Amino acid sequence: MKQGTVRQILLLTDGCSNSGEDPIAIATLAKEEGLSVNVIGIMDEGDESARGLGEIEAIAQAGGGMSDVVYAKQLSQTVQMVTRKAMTQTIFGVVNREIKNILGSNKEMEDLPPEKREDLIEVVEEIGENASLDILVLVDTSASMKNKLPRVQEALLDLAISLNSRTGENDYCLYSFPGKRNPVDRLLAWTPQLDSLKGAFKKITMSGVTPTGPALKEAMKVHLKRMKKEEGYEDDEGSFMEQPGL
Amino acid sequence: MRDPSWNNRDYSFYPGQVVKGKWHGNHYRIVRLLGEGAIGKVYLAEGRGGLVAIKVSRESMSVSSEASTLRQVTKVHGVTLGPSFLDMDDVITKTGVTSFYVMEYIKGEPFLNFLREKNMEWLGILVVPLLKDLYSMHQAGWIFGDLKPENLIVTAQPISLRWIDVGGMTKVGRAVKEYTEFFDRGYWGMGDRKAAPAYDLFAVSMLMMNRGYLSRFKREEPGGIKQLMRRLRDRPLLDPYAPVIEKGMQQRYKDALMMKNDLLNLLTKGETFRHAPAVKKPVKSSPVSRQKKKRALPKERIFKGVLPTSAFASFLLFVYILYLVG
Repeated sequence: MKQGTVRQILLLTDGCSNSGEDPIAIATLAKEEGLSVNVIGIMDEGDESARGLGEIEAIAQAGGGMSDVVYAKQLSQTVQMVTRKAMTQTIFGVVNREIKNILGSNKEMEDLPPEKREDLIEVVEEIGENASLDILVLVDTSASMKNKLPRVQEALLDLAISLNSRTGENDYCLYSFPGKRNPVDRLLAWTPQLDSLKGAFKKITMSGVTPTGPALKEAMKVHLKRMKKEEGYEDDEGSFMEQPGL
Repeated sequence: MRDPSWNNRDYSFYPGQVVKGKWHGNHYRIVRLLGEGAIGKVYLAEGRGGLVAIKVSRESMSVSSEASTLRQVTKVHGVTLGPSFLDMDDVITKTGVTSFYVMEYIKGEPFLNFLREKNMEWLGILVVPLLKDLYSMHQAGWIFGDLKPENLIVTAQPISLRWIDVGGMTKVGRAVKEYTEFFDRGYWGMGDRKAAPAYDLFAVSMLMMNRGYLSRFKREEPGGIKQLMRRLRDRPLLDPYAPVIEKGMQQRYKDALMMKNDLLNLLTKGETFRHAPAVKKPVKSSPVSRQKKKRALPKERIFKGVLPTSAFASFLLFVYILYLVG
């Protein structure tokens, strides 16, 4: 694995999954593989019931990430905040494991006196600023999302401003689900420029089903394939993603 | 934000609760909630030496991080407007360990509330010391980040400006930790979110804009400097400050000191504010400011004819500014 790369899946959805594997199970697997899954639920204006709220939290929890449920107009700040916090959380997790190695299995940061913690915080922030970030954005494009997609695009462009202000490198890719023939469609291959997503949502066909689980599985495969590549292995079998996006 | 997997703890205190630090053993009796943010709460409490403010968060890491920042920044020579750092500790509650830090309690009025009842020169008079503080902070390698009226307090006797929140403070060159859209140059398409002095100075300009637009305004496509300049021109109230606001928005100030000097020149020119008492033309259609207007009237009557008031006032203003500049 490339040293110091944080790998995330950012799932944007407005409802419960209703087809295919259990997304919570897939998220658990993704976490096992070193990814973190962040989920942002987008509510309809005036709809307080927040469909699928429980699932949204559960996916993030299983996937070692963060979640939030917001109205479309609050999306920008939420997306960047969730992403940043999740990244810190991942790094914090790694640092905390190091502490356990040094101090013994039951020790955590809170077992250190407050004065000593500050040095660790500085380490976490330093890594957070400099680490590479691979982020796969997975957007629910089922029919009910249609009027929210302009906000999604805006929020992602805003996320790019925040992340590109870091010292570390960022790579993005963008997938939508459900796809035309497959669980997901690729809208944007790995690129350091998320700005190129402008207009990507225009060609999307809307669908009634929300196969969140299968989509997460594909997203995980995309990450794993990239990790393998970075390790220097040739990867012949994983051709399931190779058809051009749209 | 929901983060079930990480330090998700009950981080609320209740009035009357005695919080006892696990490491340093200090006791604090909670008086009431002062404010609440996305991830934390600030309580007023009674410590051994009097009233203090206690910040708790559901993320113990952000408590440590803020405490460390506050400690470092308030130590910087020339940074004088922040709350002093007093203590950081953990408290053991029924639900687990909660981290908190303790700082000086600053009693005063919110920035915009204070300004709403005052003539427009007060805006500049309060921003001048802010810029001085920012200059020292920037020199030491820190950016305020989340600069907005909610993070500024005006104390009485003597009237002075203080800042209260270190959540957005970021080392120069890193990505700004926290920001608020209206004050963020990234939101307006006017730059990135890399911590740099110009980032803060843009926010200072928007802070002054906020005085003209109390309920702020949203970005309209394509946003950018055109929309901001149009908004600036649309508010005669802001006219006296327009040159400084514009230059700050366009990020043409090399540092906070230059912005401060420009502002000072505006304030001391004497002509600018003489016949534009802000009280008489508050922001239109705001019922709140209309109320304030009524209340403000008797005050004016009392002063009428006491002295050649305006000359005297501008003399006082001048002396006060000299005092501020130190």
